Amino acid sequence: MSAQSVDTFAAGAEKDTWTGRIRKRGLEELPPDRLLPDRQPAYVASWIYVFGALSIGAFAVVLLSGGVLAVEGPSWWHKSNAGLFVNSLHMWSTEFFFMFMVVHLWAKFFMAAWRGKRKATWISGVLAFALSIGTAFTGYLSQQNFDSEWIGTQAKDGINSTGAGAFWNVLNFGQMLMWHIVLLPLVVAALIGVHVLLVRRRGVVPPFAPTDGQLARAGLSLTGAVAAPPAESGAAAQLPAELSTQIPASTSTQIPSGLSDQELAALIEVPSQEPPAQEPAAHEPPPPTVPGSPDAATSHEPAAQGPAGQDSMWQLPKDES
Amino acid sequence: MGHMGMFGGINTLAALVHLGGTGRYISWGVIQISLANLIIIAVMIVLFAAAIILPFPKHEARKK
Repeated sequence: MSAQSVDTFAAGAEKDTWTGRIRKRGLEELPPDRLLPDRQPAYVASWIYVFGALSIGAFAVVLLSGGVLAVEGPSWWHKSNAGLFVNSLHMWSTEFFFMFMVVHLWAKFFMAAWRGKRKATWISGVLAFALSIGTAFTGYLSQQNFDSEWIGTQAKDGINSTGAGAFWNVLNFGQMLMWHIVLLPLVVAALIGVHVLLVRRRGVVPPFAPTDGQLARAGLSLTGAVAAPPAESGAAAQLPAELSTQIPASTSTQIPSGLSDQELAALIEVPSQEPPAQEPAAHEPPPPTVPGSPDAATSHEPAAQGPAGQDSMWQLPKDES
Repeated sequence: MGHMGMFGGINTLAALVHLGGTGRYISWGVIQISLANLIIIAVMIVLFAAAIILPFPKHEARKK
């Protein structure tokens, strides 16, 4: 959907109402093409970017299996074959949820994914992770078996030592069950929703800038003075800083708003032939100071591929989802 | 007999892994960790490394 149709949508609020203000603000912050994009940057084409979506998938299975367990009750999940299956499904989907979340966290930590005004995205993810641990603990206490009794009697001393035992009684099954199936899942789901919306708003964090060696192997070179860093707001902020180093010096540092990926790609000069090996590097900026990122490994990939720049992850795709 | 075969396989796996036995713990100085947790951490590290190393499948350019 084009920006023009969004503006038409927003202009539909004829009266100053709270619903109209919310709609206008929502469309400004998250226009439909950003909320539900049909394209992603080229650098997202790596397995390391998959674990956030895998976490959400596992979380969906956790919610569905937990809902079935809540409907059927403890005697069903302990005694019937179907109940044992759904109980195991709930446990294993939780295991996978945490496994995917931890790999997602590691990946985003080494990417420094809070860059580019993405602090709120990082913090919402950390909060969702921490609250998920609490939700899982209350799940241990809600099993209705000897295991949950043992865990409850062990946990009470620790909780009591913090002074929270007066209102957080791990031996109170009803209280723990309500926290586990109502309060905490609602908060975790809300935090995950906010996290995803923030990812949509700011975009997936781009990789670190490539080193000179990586640029050379990919057949790319810097074509002039380094463009100024993108502005903190507006369309210019959407252009990764890494790409700005490839903009010819003649190009204005102010990136016009409303450019498509193809139009942005047109601003980036990618040599059609192999650059001369003795390309002088005097005008090049110093290499990035953050080597060894996960993305640095993936950026080696274009070196083994065809003509210079044709398959580079630093070239925005002509038509790639 | 199909389901018997399936349960037979599960029982064999359970016998190999000792799912019903006492938990195994590994101690190294002040560090103590269950074998199950150590395996999970190792699997996550392998997943992390594989996600970086393995090439991502590429799609053909879509025709408009």
